[in-house]
Amino acid sequence: MAIALPAATTRPRRFARRLPAVLALAPAALVVIVVYLGCMLWTIRISLSSTKLLPVNDFVGLDQYLRLFSNARFQVSVENLVIFGLLFLLGTLVLGFLLAVFIDQRVRGEGVFRTIYLYPHAMSFVVTGLVWQWFLNPGLGLQKLVRDAGFETFTFDWIVSKEMVVYTLVMAGIWQSAGLVMALLLAGLRGIDEDIWKATRIDGIPTWRTYVSIVLPMLRPMVVTAVVLQSIAVVKVYDLVVAMTKGGPGTASETPAKFVMDHLFYRNNVGLATACATIMLLTVIAVLTPWLYSQYGPNSQRRGR
Amino acid sequence: MSTLVQPAGRRPRHVTWGRIGVYAFLLSAAAFILLPLYIMILTSLKTMDEIRLGNILAWPTVATIEPWIKAWSAACTGLTCDGISVGFLNSVRILIPSVVLSILAGAINGYALAFWRVRGADLLFGILLIGAFIPYQVFIYPLVRLFSAFGIYNTLANIVIVHIIFGLPIMTLLFRNFYSSLPPELFSAARVDGGGFWQIFLRVMLPMSTPMLIVATILQVTGIWNDFILGLVFAGRDNLPMTVQLNNIVNSTQGERAYNVDMAATVLTALVPLLVYFVSGRWFVRGIAAGAVKG
Repeated sequence: MAIALPAATTRPRRFARRLPAVLALAPAALVVIVVYLGCMLWTIRISLSSTKLLPVNDFVGLDQYLRLFSNARFQVSVENLVIFGLLFLLGTLVLGFLLAVFIDQRVRGEGVFRTIYLYPHAMSFVVTGLVWQWFLNPGLGLQKLVRDAGFETFTFDWIVSKEMVVYTLVMAGIWQSAGLVMALLLAGLRGIDEDIWKATRIDGIPTWRTYVSIVLPMLRPMVVTAVVLQSIAVVKVYDLVVAMTKGGPGTASETPAKFVMDHLFYRNNVGLATACATIMLLTVIAVLTPWLYSQYGPNSQRRGR
Repeated sequence: MSTLVQPAGRRPRHVTWGRIGVYAFLLSAAAFILLPLYIMILTSLKTMDEIRLGNILAWPTVATIEPWIKAWSAACTGLTCDGISVGFLNSVRILIPSVVLSILAGAINGYALAFWRVRGADLLFGILLIGAFIPYQVFIYPLVRLFSAFGIYNTLANIVIVHIIFGLPIMTLLFRNFYSSLPPELFSAARVDGGGFWQIFLRVMLPMSTPMLIVATILQVTGIWNDFILGLVFAGRDNLPMTVQLNNIVNSTQGERAYNVDMAATVLTALVPLLVYFVSGRWFVRGIAAGAVKG
């Protein structure tokens, strides 16, 4: 990393030389202290007060959290987050892995396939949400298409159904993000030693078996990275819901991220919103800590770089 | 990341059922992923009558660009009816300063972190990296109060500053890693020649950074263009970005919705990042890899 300065340099001169570097980093330090630490602590502090619209400086302990956990809308949000999160993770990983493996079979037009699979990732979640909302529109979209084709009793109205709406979010989410997982895993596949393939061929191990039992474990770092990135995307999911379902029908497709925004800006319940934001923060930390530990912790091979 | 460019799979000898299966899977996956884009463009070229009568996949019998014109200049956002062009211009006004300043900040920080020993720099970088993963919801309310106190809440300056703040982690990471990968002799030689902090940055490091500048530009242009939540909260009514305007046009319509206009507005909003994606090709993937790979 940094180069050691000549040892002969005296203290004040050394400081004078480094001063521009210190000044250059000062704005970033200010942002870290004020925003990343300050605002985070401030949010946690508010969540322990009875603030509604304007800040109240009292201390009510965990009252807001108790209120939050008994809030029906929050319960729906968490339930949705769990369903969405698990299916979205599973879906993007399986589809992303399959796409990567199939693209890796020396196919023609590989570049074209790759470009197609990744383009949704370049688009906004708002765009994704609106397109899927239109495609799944029961009156004019997919349901009508199949009915017009002769299956007159065909029903696919998940997007307006309280029970099924969360699964439409899963579909749109997988559509948008499978390409990202593919790109990550394909990079991993290309890094695998050609000798492994020679060895398994000599041993007569079927290709699919090699992928599942040998290649997949070797891709572990890539898979873990994908899981962590996608999990954090799950906790943040907001624009997709706003654009696609507005949290509806009713409150059936609410998520915690939307719960926070609504209670901050439309329902004037800042204390409750910040309590929910704090829970989101804790969730992300719970996902992040083991990963960071494995990357940079005492047992990591990456250490000492 | 790309040590081996050759595919690792078995080399095909002749057409087998396996090969057919591989292509069948790849093609059907491609169809599934292209379908929404196809529907979006097709719907935007149809008349409302045709949308009501025909099916969603059918080719338009009479293609019309009327919805595009309406989406661009006359669609209603619930308050005004000036079309999505207003949002487009706002997004451009937000994008240019945000991209330039956030990349510059990232390059300077990355350079300072990679070459200069500053006490506490590692801690700073560590917190910044963790900060990249924390949901915006955790910061939003205090930030609103802070910017209100300074009197810039709901202004163009506000949204630009917010984009710089939240772009700082990834931009710093990108440039720090890039500068750390350069041969250290480069820096020592510049030091021996008597170069100061800014001289070395401007004359030696910045001219060598073209690849990272391209990757950073792609990441920031698509990221900031696609932002919804920050624009919604901080930009103010007069500067709402295109994504927010789009959502207002589509989701706040009273009465019967003009799906063709909605889809034309949606395509228009997706156009800039899609253009960046298709033109930049492998550079885009490089940006993803750089963003995903840590330290």
